[in-house]
Amino acid sequence: MNIHWSSFSDFLAMGGYGLYVWGSFGVTALVLIAEPIVAVRNRKALIARLKRQARAERGNNGSNKEQ
Amino acid sequence: MNNRLINWFKYASPQSFYPLAGKMIPWFAAAGAVFGIAGLWIGMAVAPTDFQQGEGYRIIFIHVPASWMSMFIYLVMAFWAALGLAYNTRLSGMMAQALAPTGALMAFLSLWTGALWGKPMWGTWWVWDARLTSELILLFLYIGFIALQAAIDDPRRADKAGAVLALVGVVNIPIIYFSVKWWNTLHQGASVSLNRAPAMASLMLWGMLLMALAFWMYSIAIALYRARTIMLERERGTEWVKETLAAEGAK
Repeated sequence: MNIHWSSFSDFLAMGGYGLYVWGSFGVTALVLIAEPIVAVRNRKALIARLKRQARAERGNNGSNKEQ
Repeated sequence: MNNRLINWFKYASPQSFYPLAGKMIPWFAAAGAVFGIAGLWIGMAVAPTDFQQGEGYRIIFIHVPASWMSMFIYLVMAFWAALGLAYNTRLSGMMAQALAPTGALMAFLSLWTGALWGKPMWGTWWVWDARLTSELILLFLYIGFIALQAAIDDPRRADKAGAVLALVGVVNIPIIYFSVKWWNTLHQGASVSLNRAPAMASLMLWGMLLMALAFWMYSIAIALYRARTIMLERERGTEWVKETLAAEGAK
């Protein structure tokens, strides 16, 4: 299991295919990072919205009497 | 026997699936990270150069897993859709809806990495050949499914419409898979198949299989995560969601 590359710049160059290899891995990394971030945001936004609605409902049922 | 049947159906209700999914997500995510690191190490650091394609072949370590997942997720989505049409279970539509965006992204990655591989190897980003065209159709099927569901307000009706679309589109999956056999395409044949020895060096194969496992685990984790959000939204009027929200804090 020896490392295949003799230097880091060798690794980056990918034998002349650097643009294509890193273009593939870069966009894939971007997608796999962005998808969870969006999913977490959506979930947080939904939970916040549902909690607001729950509070509003409770407010209408009881504690609104002082108005 | 009877007991087992009941247990199975128990998890078909969102209420009991929600906490189960919540417990499973970290494990799938962790497994995905471990497989991903191992696969990247083997694929990008130790695997040898391909004698025909030089270092450019390393794109397959994401191209093949992404392509497999794009097809497999579609089959799972269609399976849930069929279940939903047959038994009218609430969970089915939620699962299908949760899977679609990840499937679409996998199809996109398959096409994107394929184009970046095709340019140096074939001399072109894109050709209208059977494999590429059917994969593009798969991406459109996912997008169509998402758009159709988003366009219909009533979630139960949206599920039904989406399910019909998903099931009709299933015919495309064997077309993608066998296109390299059925037609004379520019795309190379399968690198790995069940009935013969893989046509690649063992380190390359291991790198690819580990990456495929990583993509698999990632897809399960993200789909379950999204499914939980969809469950909260769709079941928002119910007691269990109210209790879950009260218990969960801002998590």
